Amino acid sequence: METETLLLNMGPVHPSTHGVLRFKLRMDGEIIRDCQIVVGYLHRGTEKFGEMKTYLQFIPYTDRLDYIAAMPNNYAYVKAVEELAGIEVPQRAEYIRVLVMELNRVINHLVFMGSLLLDLGASTMIMYGFRERENALQLYESLCGARMTFNYIRPGGVREDLPDGFIPKLNEFIKDMEKRIVDYEELVNGNEIFLMRMKNIGVINAEEAINYGMTGPSMRGSGVDHDIRKLEPYSIYQDLDFKACMRREGDSYARYLVRVDEIRESLHILKQIVDKLPKGNTINQRYGFAPNTGAPSAVTSYFPRIFTPAEGEVYSRIEAPKGELGFFVASDGTTKPYRVKIRSPSFCNLVALPKMVLGLKIPDLIAAFGTIDIVLGDVDR
Amino acid sequence: MITNPNAYDLIIAILNAIGVYNIILGFFQDQGMEYVLRIIIVLVEVAVVVVFALVTVMFLSWLERKMFAVVQSRYGPMVTGPRGLFQPIADGIKLLGKEDIIPAKADRWIFTLAPFIVFVSVLLVFIPLPFGESLILSDLRVGLLYIIAISAITPVSILLAGWASNNKYSLMGAIRAVAQDISYTIPLAITAIAVVVFVGSLSTVDIVNAQQGYWFGFIPKWFIFLQPLGFILFLIACIAEMGRIPFDFQESEQELVAGFFTEYSGMKFAMFFLAEYAHLFAVSGIIVTIFLGGWTGPAIPLIPIQITSLIYFMIKTYAVIFFAMWLRDTVPRVRIDQLLHLGWKIMIPLALLNLLFAAFLVTFVVTAGVR
Repeated sequence: METETLLLNMGPVHPSTHGVLRFKLRMDGEIIRDCQIVVGYLHRGTEKFGEMKTYLQFIPYTDRLDYIAAMPNNYAYVKAVEELAGIEVPQRAEYIRVLVMELNRVINHLVFMGSLLLDLGASTMIMYGFRERENALQLYESLCGARMTFNYIRPGGVREDLPDGFIPKLNEFIKDMEKRIVDYEELVNGNEIFLMRMKNIGVINAEEAINYGMTGPSMRGSGVDHDIRKLEPYSIYQDLDFKACMRREGDSYARYLVRVDEIRESLHILKQIVDKLPKGNTINQRYGFAPNTGAPSAVTSYFPRIFTPAEGEVYSRIEAPKGELGFFVASDGTTKPYRVKIRSPSFCNLVALPKMVLGLKIPDLIAAFGTIDIVLGDVDR
Repeated sequence: MITNPNAYDLIIAILNAIGVYNIILGFFQDQGMEYVLRIIIVLVEVAVVVVFALVTVMFLSWLERKMFAVVQSRYGPMVTGPRGLFQPIADGIKLLGKEDIIPAKADRWIFTLAPFIVFVSVLLVFIPLPFGESLILSDLRVGLLYIIAISAITPVSILLAGWASNNKYSLMGAIRAVAQDISYTIPLAITAIAVVVFVGSLSTVDIVNAQQGYWFGFIPKWFIFLQPLGFILFLIACIAEMGRIPFDFQESEQELVAGFFTEYSGMKFAMFFLAEYAHLFAVSGIIVTIFLGGWTGPAIPLIPIQITSLIYFMIKTYAVIFFAMWLRDTVPRVRIDQLLHLGWKIMIPLALLNLLFAAFLVTFVVTAGVR
C-alpha cells in the first residue's frame, strides 16, 4: 500500500515542549523519520544587552537565561568579569556562592524529575518536586529577596551575607531532602512502566555525545566523565569531596539516574559547606565601599557601579545544572563589555535530540527530550 | 424461562404497596390506553437513570480532583460549596458559556454528532447494569454481549470526532484510540466468556445471582476467587477501554495536545468529559457485577434488600473507581506499541488460557451457578 509521510508541527505552542520550542516532524504513522528543531521563539537579544549595559547592569539579565537555576548563570558571568578584571574574592563569599549554586542544582533536578514524569503522563511527581523546591525557594527569598531571578552574586563576592537562621533552615532542608529522595526513587525508579518508557530510548553513545558538543548530566549519562567542577576546579570545588556522577548506557534512563545521583552529591556538598563555612567578608573590601554593619537586612556590601576592566577577553565556563555554561566577555577598556557571548548548555544539548529520536515514536521524542532537560530561556537567550 | 424482576416490576410493587396502582391502572384502562401507563413508567425509569448518571458524573469529577489533590498533598477545589463539592456545577456553567467553535475545515455534521454518540453509547451501557436486587432497567438475556457491543460504538465515534476535526493531533489520537480499543475488546470479551461458562447465561442478573452464597461459610462465591487471572485481565482491559492512565492514548495530552478532542470546546467538550466519567462508573459497575459479586452482600434485617443491595453495589463500584483513580495518580503512560504488544501478545493468550481453565473447572470440579 502506498503511504505518505505526515508533516507534523509540534509547537511552538504545545503542552510538552517546555515552552516555545517547535519540532518539525516528518512522521511515518507513529514513527519519526525526520526531526528538525526550530528555536528562536523566545529570543530576547540577551547578548546584545550585554554590550549595551555596564558590567554590573548585565547581571540581572543572566538570571533570565536558565530561570529554573539562575544562580549559576549569575556566577558564570561574574566569574568571567572577575577573571577579566582580576578581582579577588573572599573565602566566605566563595563558600556562599557554591552553597547557593548547589542548592540551585538540587532545585533544577527536582524540577527535571517532575517535568519528565509529567511528560510521561504521571503528574504527581511534579507536585512533590515543587513542594521541596518551595522550601529551597524560601531559603533564597530570605537570602536575597527573590525566589527565581536572584541578582545575588557580585563581582568580588555576593550581595548580602547569609541572614540569621539560614543555616538551621538549610540543614532542615538537607535532612528533609535526603528522606524524600528515597521516596521519589521508590515512586519512580521502581515503576515498571517508567522503565519501559526510559530504557534503551534516545540512546546516544559517548563519541556521538562528544561530537554533538553535549555537556553536563546529559553527556555523563553516555559515559563521558566530563564535569568542569572536576576538570577545571573553580571557586572552592577542589576543597570539596564529591564525585562526578556518571552512567554508561547513554539512554534516557541513564540521563535520568545521573541527575538523581547528582541531587545526592549536591546535598553532600551542601553539608560540607555548612561544616566548613568560614567567617569573614562576603565581598572584596577593596571594591565594596559600604561598611559591613552586620545587620542582616541592611545592604552590607556592594560593588562600585561603574568600573572599567583593562582591554582583553576571557572565556570562563562552569558546570551549571544543565551542563557547561560559558561566558565569553571581551572588554575594550570602557565601562561596557565589547562583546558578551553565552554558550548555553540547553542549546548545545538540544542539538543532539534529532540524532536520538530518529526511528522512534512521538512518545519517545517527548521522553528523550525531557531527559535532555532544557529551558527555553537558555536555548534562545 | 423465568425473567428476573426489574425496575419496572419494582415500581409497580411500590405503587401497589401504597395502594394507588390499581386506581391509576383503572384510569388508564378506562381510557383504553394501558400502554401509555407502561410508557410513562419506563420514561420515569430512564429519567431516574439519566439523572443518576449525571449526578454520579459530577460527583466523580469532583472525587477525582479531590483524590488527585490528596495524593499530591494539595487541597484541590475548596471554594465552591462545602469542600468544593459544587465545583463540577461551576465547571458546567463555565463550559455552557464558552463559545462553541467549529473549525472552518471540519466536517460540521460529524463534528457535532460525535460527542453525542459517545455520550449516548455510554449511557446505553447502564440499561443491563444491576444496581441492586431488581434495580435494573432491563434484564436483557444477552446482557453481557450487549454491554460489549455497545462499548464497541465508542471507538467509532472517537474516530468520527478525530476525522471530522481535520486536525493531525485529533486524527492520531483517534487512530490510537481505535487500535487500542480493538486490541483490548478481545481479551475483555474472552475473560467475560470465561465467567459466562460458569454461569451458563449472559444475563447480568443471572451472573450476580450465581455469586450469592459462600464457600466454607466465609469466602463469598465471587468470580474473582474462581478467576483471579481473569479478573486481572478484565481489569486491565477495562482500564484500557476507558482510556485512562496508563492507557490514555486517545488523549495523551503530552504528545497529542488533547488527542481526539483537541478541537472541541464548550458543551461538546463537556459531552466528552461527561462520557468519560459515565464510562468510568459503568465499567466499574460491570467489573463489580462480573467479578465482585455485584450487589450481593450480607443481608441487614429490617432494611429492604433493594436498599442494602444498592449500597453494596455502590461500595464495591466506588472501590473499583478508587483503584482506577489511584492508578492515574501514580503511574506514567505506556507507549502505544507497548500497549498493543501487551494486548495482542500477552493478554489475549492469557485470556484464552483462562477460558480453558474455566472450562476445565466447570467440567470436572465445580458446577457453580444456574446450571
